[in-house]
Amino acid sequence: MTTARIALMVNGEKISAEVPARLNLADFVRDQLGLTGTHVGCEHGVCGACTMRVNGEIIRSCLTLAVQADGCAVETIEGLSDSGEIADLQAAFRERNALQCGYCTPGMLITAQDLLLKHADPERTEIREHLSGNYCRCTGYHAIVDAVERTAKARQRRP
Amino acid sequence: MKAPAFSYMRAESVEHALELLSRHGDAAKILSGGQSLLPALNLRLAAPAILIDIGRLDELRGIDLRDNVVTIGALTRHVDLLASEEILSSLPLLRQAAAHVAHPAIRNRGTIGGNLAHADPASEFPACMLALDARMVIRREDGERRVDARDFFRGIYETALEPCELLVAIEIPRPQSGSRTYFHEFVRRSGDYAMTGLAALAHLDGAQFADLRLSYFAIGDRPYLARATSHLVGVAITGERIAEAQAALDAELDPPDDQQASAAMRRHFARLLLSRCVANVLERPELAMEAVT
Repeated sequence: MTTARIALMVNGEKISAEVPARLNLADFVRDQLGLTGTHVGCEHGVCGACTMRVNGEIIRSCLTLAVQADGCAVETIEGLSDSGEIADLQAAFRERNALQCGYCTPGMLITAQDLLLKHADPERTEIREHLSGNYCRCTGYHAIVDAVERTAKARQRRP
Repeated sequence: MKAPAFSYMRAESVEHALELLSRHGDAAKILSGGQSLLPALNLRLAAPAILIDIGRLDELRGIDLRDNVVTIGALTRHVDLLASEEILSSLPLLRQAAAHVAHPAIRNRGTIGGNLAHADPASEFPACMLALDARMVIRREDGERRVDARDFFRGIYETALEPCELLVAIEIPRPQSGSRTYFHEFVRRSGDYAMTGLAALAHLDGAQFADLRLSYFAIGDRPYLARATSHLVGVAITGERIAEAQAALDAELDPPDDQQASAAMRRHFARLLLSRCVANVLERPELAMEAVT
């Protein structure tokens, strides 16, 4: 079959769609669902701009076919943003100027949140390592690492 | 770019996957995690007519230690290797290597079977398989066979797998207790493919090497087990011995020149990795300094 019917959850909403087999998950959410917060950069897994969460784990949506996400729970930057889950991280990015053009930012936020969920108090080297698969061509990374570190510290102070 | 059009079939069992493979042969490609195949499709380096998705076959997942052999199911993901207590205690080399394979988002989907069947000469796991003397468990509709790692990797993206065959598991003998490992790769960015790397397994006899397996990657068209270690086994190790081994290594290597690194650079990295590995395994840091090339 060159097309397939898939049923999945996207940001908590049930979605059913007919998709071409070759369609990747990034293009599916962008073009068929209108969720354009997921960015498409290199399309071969190098840049990290298309990072999403599938069943709670971060993945490259340019290296995942939409048919492979059949039956899965997909979360995009819109989901993480609208739920307020990463509001503090987003604020820290803004305050610390951790973005300029913003192209990499959705992927950076999702990847950074993934680290913070696993590791409440990461070292700067651990932040850099976890973000190593996400390219930013504006900031030089320093401000991004600062923002993630600041968010980790602030969350730890939270009761 | 976008992947070319293909037909998609989801295998419901290993038998079903083998039946599909035997029916479609060369026209089909196996899709597991997709972390090597999908980049190849998106870059239009491959254009199979059919993808057979084995990603949901839980029977191919898991790590099992029995009779001093670690069996790793082909669909075991890199992240599973990193999290496994069995791997940490029995095959630390594999855990060290897994931390260098791409990035967290890719390690969440990439599988060891997919990695090995893809056979990228710059990839970490094929070199580990050679160092650890692993065996590939391969199934086809009418049977099963085992192929040693040294016979499995045949060239750039080339393996001993026939079009109708599926890599289902990897069997790795547990190294004897007291063995030492070393892993390092030179990369431009953490998680990228190596410019040159080394996966090593050593057995010591007192202060000497009883056995030393240096498995290089990104140094040729497949992982490469250095013969130069014959200069280091069963002798007292000095800076001079290491220099001899480095010269022998240089003579046996024929690294490629490409956009990642020049051949001269790869030779330099390979010599450096040899001395650093020996110094690290013997816990004699001064050796790495004496042998700088």
